[in-house]
Amino acid sequence: MATLTRSAPTEQERISHEMGMHTEPLKGRSIEKFFDIDLGEEHGFSLPDAYDVDFNKRAEIDASNMTPNAVNLRIRELMQEGCGSIVLKNPGAKHSIAVGILNRLNLIIDGSLGYFGCGLIDGPNVRISGRVGWSCAENMMSGTILIEKNAGSQFGAAIRGGDLVCRGNVGSRTGIDMKGGTIIVGGDTGAFTGFMMQRGRMIICGNAGKNLGDSMYDGTIYIAGEPASLGVDAVWTEMSDLERAWLERKLSMYDLLPAGGIDRFRKIAAGKQLWNYDNLEPTEKKLVL
Amino acid sequence: MCGIAGLIHRDGASAVGSEMTAMLQSLRHRGPDSTGFAVYGATAPDEYVMRLKLAEQEDMTTDHHIREKIKQRQAEVDKRLSELGAHLIEASEPTPYAFRYRLRYPGDTRKLAAEIEQIDGAEVLSFGSALELIKDLGDATQVSEQYGLKGFNGTHAIGHTRMATESDVDIRSAHPYWAYPYNDIAVVHNGQITNYWIMRREMERLGHRFMSSCDSELLAVYTANNLEQGATLEDSLKASLNEIDGVFTYLVATDKELGMAKDSMAAKPMVLYEGDNLVALASEEVAIRAVVPREIDTSDPYDEEVRVWQR
Repeated sequence: MATLTRSAPTEQERISHEMGMHTEPLKGRSIEKFFDIDLGEEHGFSLPDAYDVDFNKRAEIDASNMTPNAVNLRIRELMQEGCGSIVLKNPGAKHSIAVGILNRLNLIIDGSLGYFGCGLIDGPNVRISGRVGWSCAENMMSGTILIEKNAGSQFGAAIRGGDLVCRGNVGSRTGIDMKGGTIIVGGDTGAFTGFMMQRGRMIICGNAGKNLGDSMYDGTIYIAGEPASLGVDAVWTEMSDLERAWLERKLSMYDLLPAGGIDRFRKIAAGKQLWNYDNLEPTEKKLVL
Repeated sequence: MCGIAGLIHRDGASAVGSEMTAMLQSLRHRGPDSTGFAVYGATAPDEYVMRLKLAEQEDMTTDHHIREKIKQRQAEVDKRLSELGAHLIEASEPTPYAFRYRLRYPGDTRKLAAEIEQIDGAEVLSFGSALELIKDLGDATQVSEQYGLKGFNGTHAIGHTRMATESDVDIRSAHPYWAYPYNDIAVVHNGQITNYWIMRREMERLGHRFMSSCDSELLAVYTANNLEQGATLEDSLKASLNEIDGVFTYLVATDKELGMAKDSMAAKPMVLYEGDNLVALASEEVAIRAVVPREIDTSDPYDEEVRVWQR
């Protein structure tokens, strides 16, 4: 029988191991990509057909009398002109603002967004001074979003990568169908958080509603407070030192490290009993559920 | 999907007619079929306002004799009011089929409403000393202008923009629903009630009347039934979370209160703003911004959450 050998870890693998991203017994390919600005553009983060922007070139948009479509087109025009920093004023909780940005960009939103804000983005760093409505950052691929106030339900639905951070409370079904990246909730989160989560990490600094991690396939949830209940197949599990270090680093980055420190956090992962559900006898199914 | 909104002023009367119009107009995309308002003002202590319709809007174009029929129905309403001993102060006709009566009546108002509804084609939309319920086809601005809501002052209001999914596009299926026969109680709802027929049969066995086949009407009847049993509004809202099945968020207003309940799945949206003197809530924050056009702190009520605010 041939022995399986592997080459020395690549730089990307080394960084990801150092960050504690490979401590879970995950199978399949990871979609995590790590970007180190010191390594230069060719090793770093780039997108095909992205606009070449200068972060020192700044522009402002007043969204008061603009439709969401007009706002999004203006953001694109400004990126095309090389603006790397855009301040969006008076968004007025309109829907679908700042969607589909596939570029590096510093976007500061001075106000609140309605539904589907910052959906389908890949790359920008967004800071929102107000609140966001339902389905913020849906299908986000990479970048960071930092929300200063509260967020609605379906926060970070199906995200694949990046950091999605809300300092306040978040609605129900946070991180539903999440496939990568990190969601950080500074306050409480609602029912069915992490529902059918498939990969990625979620950090909850407050409490969670009922059925936390319900039917999760994989991924990890860290919670400092109490969940009202755990969902089907979500189980408490041990946290490694690497994970503690990662948590501390991640929360410090966003100034969200709780007063009690990292020791307050506990870890939830998938029990993975549902994976073989179809092979079980009816009586066994009852035991699983 | 429907849009619902509510607001309550804690520091006295305001232009709630215009405010609710602005809120509902900004929710127009959630339901363009019909719009409805339940606005709460103030009448003299012994006076009531009755809003009723004597035909559907579509009857005006499909029935060649409808105007004559409405005239006859109106004459019958006046006759019955007189026979029952009601003193008519003022009657107005915002549309050819909808009427507003201001009256004094010392007797049992339930009996009066029941008598009026026996007239063919008549439906009492609301009855009370504070509530005025207006609903019609069209968006908020159209309905508001048609019924002269711009000048309406009051303390609180709820409203609804409807996307018809399970019943017809007509006034009888539009929201809000009056919690017949309880004075001053109205309900708006966003969602689907899956045990509608079971609960409806139960309510009908208890003697309650249904005017439409819209599942939202059940919530009004259910609330009326609970209040009749002596429950408070908060008790009724809490009980509904166990007894009503489906996905729903709904608002109930009484002459003094505004309440909300959200189902156990939290599947229907609601955004809440609680200021010192104003509480506003709606399916989308954009509706709240229509009356509070500045940066505010808002939140989403959680699953199984029940809240009641006093004016």
